[in-house]
Amino acid sequence: MGNLPTAPFVSSNKTRRRLGEFVVYVLLITSALVAVAVTIGIVFSLAFEAYHFFQLISWQDFLFGTKWSPQTAIRSDQVGAEGSFGVLPLVVGTLLISAIAMAIATPLGLASAIYLAEYATPRARSIIKPMLEILAGIPTVVYGFFAALMIAPFIRMTGSSIGLEVASESALAAGIAMGIMIVPLISSLSDDVINSVPQSLRDASYGLGATQAETIRKVILPAALPGISGSLLLATSTAIGETMIVVMAAGMAANLSVNPLDAVTTVTVQIVSLLTGDQEFDSAKTLSAFALGIMLFCVTLVLNVIAQKIVKHFREQYD
Amino acid sequence: MTNSFTDITPSLRRRHARETRFKWMGKIAIIIAVSFLLVMVGSIAWLGSGALKQTRVQLNVHLDAAQIDAAAVADANYGKLIKTALLDRFPEVTKRRDKKSLYGLVSYDAAYALHDRVVAEPGLIGQDLRMWFVASDDLDMLIKGNLETTGDENRRRFSDKQLGWINSLKEEGAIKSVFNVAFFTTGDSREPELAGVLGAFVGTAFTLLVCFCLSFPIGIMAAIYLEEFAKKNRWNDLIEVNINNLAAVPSIVFGLLGLAVFLNVFGLPRSSPLVGGMVLALMTLPTIIIAARAALRAVPPSIREAALGIGATQIQTVFHHVAPLALPGMLTGAIVGMARALGETAPLLMIGMVAFIVDIPGSVVQPATALPVQIFLWADSPERAFLEKTSAAIIVLIVFLILMNLVAILLRNKYSQRF
Repeated sequence: MGNLPTAPFVSSNKTRRRLGEFVVYVLLITSALVAVAVTIGIVFSLAFEAYHFFQLISWQDFLFGTKWSPQTAIRSDQVGAEGSFGVLPLVVGTLLISAIAMAIATPLGLASAIYLAEYATPRARSIIKPMLEILAGIPTVVYGFFAALMIAPFIRMTGSSIGLEVASESALAAGIAMGIMIVPLISSLSDDVINSVPQSLRDASYGLGATQAETIRKVILPAALPGISGSLLLATSTAIGETMIVVMAAGMAANLSVNPLDAVTTVTVQIVSLLTGDQEFDSAKTLSAFALGIMLFCVTLVLNVIAQKIVKHFREQYD
Repeated sequence: MTNSFTDITPSLRRRHARETRFKWMGKIAIIIAVSFLLVMVGSIAWLGSGALKQTRVQLNVHLDAAQIDAAAVADANYGKLIKTALLDRFPEVTKRRDKKSLYGLVSYDAAYALHDRVVAEPGLIGQDLRMWFVASDDLDMLIKGNLETTGDENRRRFSDKQLGWINSLKEEGAIKSVFNVAFFTTGDSREPELAGVLGAFVGTAFTLLVCFCLSFPIGIMAAIYLEEFAKKNRWNDLIEVNINNLAAVPSIVFGLLGLAVFLNVFGLPRSSPLVGGMVLALMTLPTIIIAARAALRAVPPSIREAALGIGATQIQTVFHHVAPLALPGMLTGAIVGMARALGETAPLLMIGMVAFIVDIPGSVVQPATALPVQIFLWADSPERAFLEKTSAAIIVLIVFLILMNLVAILLRNKYSQRF
């Protein structure tokens, strides 16, 4: 065995192989680190531009100001030269539209999830689930178009027929379209959660004589509640970060209003309107978009982290 | 015994009624969601179907030899020839305002079409030529029945006099509807009757190509590292949490990143599919990594053990045995990620792919727009004819989304193995 001619061949091959493998291994790690680099890139690029913004505008004025009109002066003696960068109207507008969306999506999404998980026959499920997936797959620009074209005029018409004054770009129209967009997100996440509640809980409840609805309401939903609230948090974060629907269906005017029939604007709408068109990177107007961006990033990140913690904790409980 | 039995009957009936109501709540929720889908897609398809037809007007153009210099055919004033042809057809029109509205019946493209025809066939000079020209968007909308023809004249696009001209053209068969080839073969235009989706479509194709070439290799390599090599420690946990969070970052934030880093720091060309693809790649990366990890996890450990057992190194095991088995699953995940990227608009707005671009882009560094952005731009245009174009572009987008998802499903069904 010892003097077989293959021995040196194997060993020389081995060193080459080791080197090659090391290179591949480094490549793999680098790829995994790209994801981390993206996060760092987001945080630093946003923070960098936002820092410049806060050199021009104080953070108190930004966070607690009630007036948003991001004009910057061309001449110093211009009327209304100073822009005001109070973010409150945008935050209120964002929350208003998100709240409308969640008010629509939560009952619809939960009810369909319960039906799919507990009542639907496998055949019905195999038809309904793809339908909801299509709803989730339709680009948001389509929802925005539909909201501006059909929903907004419909609400306006209905409103004026009962004597209500409705803005042509009402928060309600954008909120409804966004709510429908979120339904599949809530229903598929909650469906998973409900399915992972152990069968033994259901059997015990039926054994005590409860009807199916009673079992769902009194046993399954309380057991699934952490997971469901996680999915609702994720849906809220999606609603807050959603851009195209509000750009197309909500207004540009920064009104501080909680009336769903008024036109309000959102953080994302303002980012888009500030950054499409001419930009100068030394003006507070352009830089304010990055301040809005970092705010949006932080809020959605916090919501996601909490949601994922809840869902993970919930999974471990029943695994 | 009988007593207690009768006692629970009403409460039981109540409980069963509640059961039925509860069940119906679920059904109604699904019916609302699905009917919204049907109404939305149905109404858009109905609106967009009009864009498949184009209205043409036939005119008898006298190619006056005095107007066209045989030595410089291309330089003649073809717009004037078209106007003369219209005036010849309606000699009763004399007032300046009426003439102007008469000229408005055909698209300004008519002059170019005539130019091309005469340049190709100079022998036509001096003869009469009967030719079909693209109608203006207003006439097109009228023929398709989208404009008012009765009621207050001042609030209509067409006055009774104009309607008279159009009717007389119709009666002699000089107005027809043809399949709108131009919609699929031209770029954007300010004139709705000439606008097409090809430019946006090519832009989207380039963008997705860049996106795929970047996100697929990086995504599967990251997944292989995390699934096959990473030990359970704090760093790798951090990477994992990071990827999950990245998947839920609003897409517009990726656009801001692209603007601040790719455009301002690296100085890459604005509005180009290259930058668009890079931004979308970062956005789809988490989706691809998560799908690829699931695919790798589905490969049973016995495969790895067998390969390691006959002396393969860990890298060989993964690249020769595990990854090929997981490839269909990884590809499916990548296509689903691409389908999401296809409909993404907001990050592309941030990096300037929202400009008005007529030319069809020839490479990834030329300015371009993308299909969803084109939809956004057209939806903003006030002309009634753009409503139809927007809806038709949405249909094109949805058809491609469905095609991509179908490919993903077919791949999954064809190659899915149960171990």
